[in-house]
Formats: sequence, structure tokens, C-alpha cells
Amino acid sequence: MTAATGTPSTAWPATPSGGLLLRARGVTKRFGGLVAVSSVDFDIPEGAIVSLIGPNGAGKTTFFNVIAGIYDPTAGEVQFAGRRMVARPVRVWLEPLLWVAPAAILAAITWVLIQATGPGPLAIASGLVALGALIAMLLSAVARPGWYTRLINRIGIFRSARPNDMVLAGIGRTFQNIRLFQNMTALENVLVGMHTKLRASVVDALFSTPKNRNEEVAASAKAEEYLALVGLRGKGGELARNLPYGDQRRLEVARALASEPKLLLLDEPTAGMNPNETSQMMVLIDKLRRELGLTVLLIEHDMRVVMGISDRVTVLDHGERISEGTPDEVRRDPKVIEAYLGAPSA
Amino acid sequence: MTARRLRRPASLGGVRSFAESHRSWSILIGMAIVTALLPVLALVPPFNGFQPLNVWVDGFATAGVFVLLALGLNIVVGLAGLLDLGYAAFFAIGAYSYAYGASAFAGQHAPFLVMLLLAAVIAATFGVLLGAPTLRLRGDYLAIVTLGFGEIVPIVFINADRDLTGGIDGISGVYKPDLPFVGEFDLLNPWPFYILMAGILTVTIILAYRLENSRVGRAWMAIREDELAAAASGLNTVTTKLLAFALGASTAGFAGVFNASKLTFVSPDQFLFTVSFTVLAMIVLGGMGNIWGVAAGAFIIYTIQVVILKQLNAFFQPYADVPVIGFFAQINYVEYQYLLYGLALVLMMLLRPEGLFPSQRRRRELHAAEAADDPDAITPAAGLGASPETGGTER
Repeated sequence: MTAATGTPSTAWPATPSGGLLLRARGVTKRFGGLVAVSSVDFDIPEGAIVSLIGPNGAGKTTFFNVIAGIYDPTAGEVQFAGRRMVARPVRVWLEPLLWVAPAAILAAITWVLIQATGPGPLAIASGLVALGALIAMLLSAVARPGWYTRLINRIGIFRSARPNDMVLAGIGRTFQNIRLFQNMTALENVLVGMHTKLRASVVDALFSTPKNRNEEVAASAKAEEYLALVGLRGKGGELARNLPYGDQRRLEVARALASEPKLLLLDEPTAGMNPNETSQMMVLIDKLRRELGLTVLLIEHDMRVVMGISDRVTVLDHGERISEGTPDEVRRDPKVIEAYLGAPSA
Repeated sequence: MTARRLRRPASLGGVRSFAESHRSWSILIGMAIVTALLPVLALVPPFNGFQPLNVWVDGFATAGVFVLLALGLNIVVGLAGLLDLGYAAFFAIGAYSYAYGASAFAGQHAPFLVMLLLAAVIAATFGVLLGAPTLRLRGDYLAIVTLGFGEIVPIVFINADRDLTGGIDGISGVYKPDLPFVGEFDLLNPWPFYILMAGILTVTIILAYRLENSRVGRAWMAIREDELAAAASGLNTVTTKLLAFALGASTAGFAGVFNASKLTFVSPDQFLFTVSFTVLAMIVLGGMGNIWGVAAGAFIIYTIQVVILKQLNAFFQPYADVPVIGFFAQINYVEYQYLLYGLALVLMMLLRPEGLFPSQRRRRELHAAEAADDPDAITPAAGLGASPETGGTER
């Protein structure tokens, strides 16, 4: 972890992980009256390929989105790399009060001063300091310096990690319905994925410093490598939306890889692919684990893919975990057969 | 000089490769040529008959204010895709900052260049203050909030204590610019204002191009294309959007300082909604997202608005008694400028939605529907492989 990934390390408390990269406990997500995911426990050991399967509407993608930081869970928590990052937010309503509290106190002092001595230079100075305090607090809320997160932790405010926090912590993801930046080139898509790994600031860009120029050149070369890795060598200049369907899926993987994740979340990576493209994707996923040491969580409907490359399989149905084990165990589990095919009539 | 025309002649190949490898230098040279040519153009018929050279040059300097505003709003609307309808508020904040720093009213006389930077910082701060609570809003909602902010700022200047803001009369006696080695500008001589504005614009355009092609520029584009995917790629969408707001606001701050010092006067009615609307119309007509297109569009529209419409009045005046043409002589064209804006915008949306001088990227976005008919282009919009399970949940 480099210096800029400091935010997750201070904002979320460390917890013992027990050799697991990701540990979800009792994750529940409710949308109004619908319980999409109901107290699911889920572990991903380091270096494994773990699959999540289940009939349509089982809550796979919802669970996935909780892990990726898109939804805050209704209950339960997710620990990633030994840090409790996703859980139900606690006392977040206190945070806006914190922003205005110093300014409000100073404004009250100003009011007392005006009542006591009339509007003089002292009252004006105090009023300006109040305004400055408001601006400073709002800017800190955006920039989140160390003292701010420590203060938040001390007050007991827990803010569940956002998607970009999860990327910084080391989770990359793809989407079920491809979400590339359609009007940018393949290379630019990967460069956006590398955003968290680049250090040049706005000031560097404005003054076109050597740091900025060298970094851009190096980043483009690195992005070409990622494209070559997923089998898109030489297609960097193509617009994302002009790529064939299978290539778009692969470009999404390259974009996710560019943030150098430890855990890669793939949401139905072979959906809509023909058998040939599917085999290529399986080879790619296996290669990612062997060459980059990635841990992979896969949502998939294609049983050939799931049974072929997974180390562990978890089955969800109606938001609940009904089975967990090796592919062979899960295949023979009567509950799984029932979920997919229905119970035998009595 | 559209991109299409640049591609044709082989003799321009050398120029183009130079422009691509030395962008900042070519902007500098290009702006120097434009700055030198504009006054020459004003001496050529029929333009020399419209108004004296000094009036032309004065008009060019004021047009520069709008070009600057358009360049700043282009960062917010064109690059980051955030619709800001209250942009004049930051223009006002810049102008009033200068009036407080350098006028007889305030009893201060801070140096012009210092105030130029200070006002940009103050405007940027207000940009962040407006953006911090509102940028989680999207599209129409953000537009409404910024519209409200744009209305609030002039009203505050009108209704606040007259000793503080001068009320509806504004603040007069704002000091003229004074530069080191040049001294204080003379109000009767428009040339220093013209040269100064050309300098400010050159720097702004160079910086805008650098921003667009940087890590931050890519992040803005990604957010414009798909905010969720951008967040899932690790972008902090809040700070990235705030940065666009702040940089756009600071550009408006520059414009405010220049305008206040040129008019030696600020008043709330210089910053009404019509200014926000005019600047937005300029970038839409010029070609949103394309920096030089936006600049050219703003300049052309301002010139039409201020010079050409007046000339139409004068042009038809001698024919007032001719039967049919006499009708046209009775119209005061200057009064119809907003009607003409409206017509131009409607026609533009129908015929050329990407603007007069579009960026390649914007053209592709707006013509995506036509590209979908192209058998070679496969769009994922067909939803291949999207199972009904997540149809609506992910958005």
C-alpha cells in the first residue's frame, strides 16, 4: 500500500482476519419489504476462485454490490484484508452537525459581543473567524485529513465504505451489464482504471511538470500491458463501443485489473458469450490467478464455467445461503437440486 | 477551420504535427496571430464602416470577458457534464472581490495582479461551498440548485446593507488595472485592456488544454460517461466534481476582476440570469467540450449580439420609406437578441446538436444512435446477457 491509500487504513478499524481475504458475517439487505439478502455468511480465502450461484432473483448481485460498497447493508458486516469496511452506518447524522458546530459556537460569541459592545472590530473579526471555521470544516469533510477521520472515529460515527474506498483497499469489479466508458478509447478506459495508482496532481497537470509527463508516458505503456494481458493487444486506439462484445467484456476486466486489486469481483463475465469466447474467458480467469496471484469472486450462470474453475461454490436462493462447498459437493446437494429444479412431488 | 477541413491539404501536415507535439507553443503563436489580425480586420471594409477602430478594440476586450466565462463554464458543463445554470454568481463574486480590494468605496488599493489571483481563489472557495452539499444531486436537480444560487447572489448584493454592498446602485469608483512596468491603464485607450485580455485568454486556453488531457480530465470524462462505473474504477466522484466546480468558478473570478476594472463599476444587474444563460448558449452553440470551439463560438456570438445587430438597424434605416423593406427598418434588432438566441438554439438542436465546432468525442456521443444502425458497431444497449434479476437494482 502506498501513501495515498492511507484513507482506508485510518478510517476503518483493523480486525483479525484469520487468513481470509474477505469475511462477510450476517449480511442482510432489505429494500422496503423485500429481503434481497438475508444474513449471509461468506468467506473468501486468499488466492482462491470462489463462485456465487443461484436461480434468478436469488440476491447474488445485491450481495455483490454490498461487498463492492455500492449498497450499505441493513445488518451485518464485511471485513476486507483485515479491516471492517462495510456495515450498517452508525450516527452518520452527527457528521453534518460537526461541520456547522464550530461556526455556530463562534457565531453565538459574535452575537454576545455585538449585544455587549456594539458592532466593533472585535465582533467583525469574530464573525469572519466563524465564516472561516465553516469553510475549513466543509473543506476537511471533502479532503478528509487524518485528524478528521480520527475525530469521526472517536465520536463513534461509522461510515460504510464507498465504491472508490473499496477500490483503494484492493477490490476491482466488472458489471453484469457492461459499463465501459463507451466514447473513450480502450486505452483511456484502462487509464481511468489506473487513476488510483497515478500520483500527478492538478498542479502537476497545469504546469506540465516532468513528473506529470513521465507518469503519463509510463501509464500509457502500462495500460498497453494490461490490454495485452487480457488479449486486446494493439486495440488500445479503438473506441470502447466499437469493440466486439467479447472484447468489451475483456476490456472491463483490464480496467478492473488496472487498479491492481487483490480481489477481483466478476459479475457474470461470460454472459451472452458464445462457447468459444466462454472458454477463452475461463483461460483468462485462470491465468489471472496463476500469474497475478489474484483472488476471484465469480457470479455465474454457466455451470460449465462454475464447476470448471471454482475452488469453492456458494449457492444463494431467496436471499439465503442454502449450500456451500466444493463444486462436487454442491452439485450433489439435494437442496441445490431442489432450488434449481423444484421439489419432487410427494 | 473545422477538423474536417484541416485534414485535407497535405501542406498543412507539418503544421499539424507541430501543433500536436508542441500544443502550448502553438496556442501561444495562434493567439498572437489572432490578436494581431483582429484589429486589422476591423480596418477592412465593410467592418471599418461600422464603428471606429478604438470602439472595435474596446468591444474585443469585452468579448474576451465572455470568452473567458465560456472557457470556465466549459470545464464544468462540457468536460465534467455538470449542468450549472448559476454561473454568473461566480462572475459576480470575482467582480465584487475586486471592488472590495481596489476601490474608493472600500478605501483599499490592492495591486491588480494580486486581486486577480485572490478573486479567483475566493470564487473557487464559493464554488466548493456550493458544490459540497449539492454535488450528490444529478442532472436536473443540480441545475435547479445552481439556478437558485445564481439568483441568490445578486439579490444578496442588492438587499444587504447599503454601506456594505452599495445596494442596487452597486460600487462605483473601482480602480483601473495597474500593472508593474506599465502603470495604470487609461480608460480612453482600449489597447492595454485588449492586450491584457489576450494574455489572460492565452494562459487560460493553455491551462484548459493541459487539464483536459490530464489524469483529472480523464476522470471528468469518465464521470460524464458513467458515474457508477467511474466510482467502481476508484475515482472519488465527489472531490473530482468539486474540482471541476472550483476551477470553473475561479475562471469566472478572473473574468469578474477584469470586467470590474474595465468598467470601473460593479452593480448587481450585471450578473443576472441572462449572463448565465448567454454563456451557456455560447458553449452549446460553439461546441460543448471543445476548448477552441467554445472560445470561437463565444467570440462570434458576442460580436453578433453587440455589433451586427446594431448594424442591422443602421443598414435598414435608409430604406424606411420603401414599401416592403420598410417593415424591416421598423424593427429594433437589438431588442430581439434573446429571441434570436432561442431560434438559434432550437435550430442548432435540430440540425447540429454537437455545436458549430464540436469535439470529436462529443460528436460521437450525440451520434451514437446513428452508429447503432451501423452493422459493424455493436452496442451493449441491447442488454445481451442481462438477466431480469438485476434489471433495475444496479442503477
